[in-house]
Amino acid sequence: MHELAITVIGPDRTGIVADVAEALAEVGANLTDSTMTRLRGHFAMTLICTGPTAPEAEKALEALAGVTTAVRQVEPEASPGDDGEAWVVSVHGADRLGIVAAVTREVAGAGGNITDLSTRLVGSLYVLIAEADLPVGAGEELAQHLAVAASELGVEVTLRRAESEIL
Amino acid sequence: MISPELPEGKILPVITAPASVLSTVGDEVDPIDPAVIQLAADLIATMKISPGCVGLAAPQVGIGTQIFCVNVVGHPKAVTTHGAFALCNAKIIEASRWKAGREGCMSVPDLTGDVKRAGRIVVSAVLPGSGEAVTITTDGFEARALQHEIDHCAGKLFLDRVAGAHAIYQRKVYL
Repeated sequence: MHELAITVIGPDRTGIVADVAEALAEVGANLTDSTMTRLRGHFAMTLICTGPTAPEAEKALEALAGVTTAVRQVEPEASPGDDGEAWVVSVHGADRLGIVAAVTREVAGAGGNITDLSTRLVGSLYVLIAEADLPVGAGEELAQHLAVAASELGVEVTLRRAESEIL
Repeated sequence: MISPELPEGKILPVITAPASVLSTVGDEVDPIDPAVIQLAADLIATMKISPGCVGLAAPQVGIGTQIFCVNVVGHPKAVTTHGAFALCNAKIIEASRWKAGREGCMSVPDLTGDVKRAGRIVVSAVLPGSGEAVTITTDGFEARALQHEIDHCAGKLFLDRVAGAHAIYQRKVYL
């Protein structure tokens, strides 16, 4: 069974998700994990699917007009990687170069693995929200490092535990 | 209505993030200082003319102090309500029944976010004008509004509490 990583990016339009999903379904691709969003009006989809070979999937997506696609064969997930504690980082402030780089470098330096991240620029306000798995006990020191980085960037940062209630 | 008589309020411009006053811990105020009493009236007046506004804190009008007003009367999510009122130096002394909900802010006009807040709180504060100490027990949307405003007075925005990377949303324009 082939496992493929596929990205599709292009100007957003009605029906684009359906078109991508249909093209892949026609070559027998089973979508497993996927994410799709609009980034400043651009449609952006990233997905993992199983079934067809990379050339088969590429051919299926060729027919889609106006989008850029990339298909790559990948190895199945090695481990679930659910070690550590889940934390959330919020950053907000005036937009400037290097906010994401500086903040994520601090998280990496603490041994943290970012599992989800989104940023928004609205007017002059830049907002970054990241979820990260941190080694047990690493939160406090990372909070101090983030505070220093944020102060240098002139932005506000908050680090807190992600809450998950299982019902 | 729990507020004492306040003077007539002026409409103040509301500032938006990024602005350092929104991220600065507000100073405690003297509730019988005439400037504080006027500010309470101004906050209420500004809240009243702002469509959809259920609360406004001093940092949002550029003043880094612990004073805010709230009015959730008539809001569909409100359960207990205490009318339109202003509080100084408010502190949450009990919080329970935590629940996620989506909230916005006049100082972050383009985004909303999912934030967990206590569904029942007890707040201690003093009233502007009389300086009377009050303890307010409330729930539901009024509890959420109070927590949002108390956060403003502590230099926190809802962005500092959103649940995760996919818990902020570009705001739809309804008005």
